[in-house]
Amino acid sequence: MSALVLAHHRISPTERLKDAAAVAFIALLLGIPMIGLTTIDQGGALRIATRWPALLAFIAACFVGRLLLRYGFDQLRARKLAREQAAAAVRDRNLAASPLLTWVGWGALGVSLALPIVFTDNRYVVDTATTVLIYVMLGWGLNVVVGLAGLLDLGYVAFYAVGAYTYGVLATQLGWTFWQALPVAGAMAASFGIILGWPTLRLRGDYLAIVTLGFGEIIRVILVNWTELSGGPNGITSIPRPSFFGLPFKPPGDDPTFASFFGLEYSPSHRIVFLYYLILALALLTNLFVSRMRKLPIGRAWEAMREDEIACKAMGINARNVKLSAFAIGAMLGGFAGVFFAARQGFISPESFTFNESAIILAIVVLGGMGSQLGVVLASLVLVLLPELGRDFAEYRMLLFGTAMILIMIWKPGGILAHREPTLRYLATTGDKR
Amino acid sequence: MMLQLSGVHAHYGYIHALHGVDVSVQVGEVVTLIGANGAGKSTLMMSIFGQPRASAGRIVFNGEDISKLPTHEIARRGIALVPEGRRIFPRMTVMENLQMGAVLGEEMNFAVDLKRMYLLFPILEERCQQRAGTLSGGEQQMLAIARALMSRPQLLLLDEPSLGLAPLYIKKIFQIVRELNREHGMTILLVEQNAHHALRVAHRGYVLQHGQIILSGTGHELLANPEVHAAYLEGGQAATAS
Repeated sequence: MSALVLAHHRISPTERLKDAAAVAFIALLLGIPMIGLTTIDQGGALRIATRWPALLAFIAACFVGRLLLRYGFDQLRARKLAREQAAAAVRDRNLAASPLLTWVGWGALGVSLALPIVFTDNRYVVDTATTVLIYVMLGWGLNVVVGLAGLLDLGYVAFYAVGAYTYGVLATQLGWTFWQALPVAGAMAASFGIILGWPTLRLRGDYLAIVTLGFGEIIRVILVNWTELSGGPNGITSIPRPSFFGLPFKPPGDDPTFASFFGLEYSPSHRIVFLYYLILALALLTNLFVSRMRKLPIGRAWEAMREDEIACKAMGINARNVKLSAFAIGAMLGGFAGVFFAARQGFISPESFTFNESAIILAIVVLGGMGSQLGVVLASLVLVLLPELGRDFAEYRMLLFGTAMILIMIWKPGGILAHREPTLRYLATTGDKR
Repeated sequence: MMLQLSGVHAHYGYIHALHGVDVSVQVGEVVTLIGANGAGKSTLMMSIFGQPRASAGRIVFNGEDISKLPTHEIARRGIALVPEGRRIFPRMTVMENLQMGAVLGEEMNFAVDLKRMYLLFPILEERCQQRAGTLSGGEQQMLAIARALMSRPQLLLLDEPSLGLAPLYIKKIFQIVRELNREHGMTILLVEQNAHHALRVAHRGYVLQHGQIILSGTGHELLANPEVHAAYLEGGQAATAS
């Protein structure tokens, strides 16, 4: 009987024969009373007659049937196994290189460069695209902290706020320009990143999330209450817009303006398009910066820290510096995005920097696939465009939004692009390092 | 004396895990620590690395007291750890794992050391672009050992390298330990539950019980010791000698 029990293992021809023989034996035991012997009515009396040929045919049919059945099942299983192995091979190949994703990335870049040219007169499209790019940049910044270093930060909006307010205060009270304030605001946000990072060095996971959540709220509450500096709940108004290397976007006047300098007719869309290209450039710089960092020892240390902190320390890596650098760089990028936000809006108030924003940025990183740069772009598109496209559905808009997010997480639990590009390639056959 | 622990105590919160342990390792030796579950073997190993920090006693490595140093500084002194349960970086590739092991070394040594590791563990070369988490347990253990060796350590700490491996791989791992020591002159401190294998490869051994050293001697002495035999080898020998 053991042949029957072991039916789930790979079976050799002799085992198959044994298996079929066991089935035939059972057929014999059952067949003798049911087929081999029968009652016939002979002159009013019941008599038992035998039907051995029929029994023999039945047993033979069981034997052959069992052989065929097993063979069929084995084929099916072998095919399934082969499919799984092929899938695994594809996964490995994906890991090694992904030309498709590279093309998607270049395609997205091309589209984003051409977009304001195609939609020059459609202010709504360019504005929405600018918003998407702000979130892309924030997502790339937070990706350093959450995706690469594995430090769950629920208060990322604090750095965004620090950047925005630094520019707001410097511009309105000291008359600094956008380009002067940008590095200062970045440095300011980075130092706030270290202020947050220092006391939380020993925290991980949920505990770190709670502290960062609190940090985000503290910054917001300070902004609401420190009226002399931040204007309190009224915020800071009439923040100067960025200029094109000193040429303002204004209707023609005494000073040279962007339009008069280039001999163009003045149009308010110039500034909109300029802002769009500005955030595109900032975002691309961010991307370049982060992908370079990933390939440096510090970037690899971030990822190793996410994977296993103790092993990382035992390799001789200074966990404190690695964590603080991740916090500081993530915060700096958020600060840059904040400066741009303030310059674009011309008005900032604490209401723009609520926990809701942190949650959306985090959702972008998680939805995109932790650590994936392209995933952040796709997730920002989904998260910014869905509520926009859903405007027709009025009050059901957010319901739709939530449903879409749940569906994505069910469909792709690891995020839209859970793929991770290796930072190091080595061709074993030639010994080349690239 | 390369490594000298004297009177080392260690605590996990209120739990007193090590009660004044004295262990020494000389250059070129394989020293093993054996003992039952919870005897404090891994605690002793990790306290050399400051996780947890020794609450009393001295840990001297090459004449310097390292018991107060932070973990990464201890690693920089030339000690490499193959941690219990391997603790490779699962989502990074095999090569990136090896690169992480080499962060302390010179850039130019990397290619040389990588070739050396691939010679020692050919399977890692085959798998070099694969995610480390997709390797089998035995392959992961080899990766963990290779990663530790990438830093060119003077002393290698191996924490239960045979844990959870198939008998064939256990044999292989101990062969590698022997090869590293006999041919490459690596000094090794080995913590094991698999007492039979460990004592056969070791020059000297210590038996740890309830956070104290209860016996010490050469590998052969301990193998022949009736107490050790009764406590750690009976039954185990039949299972592992194959």
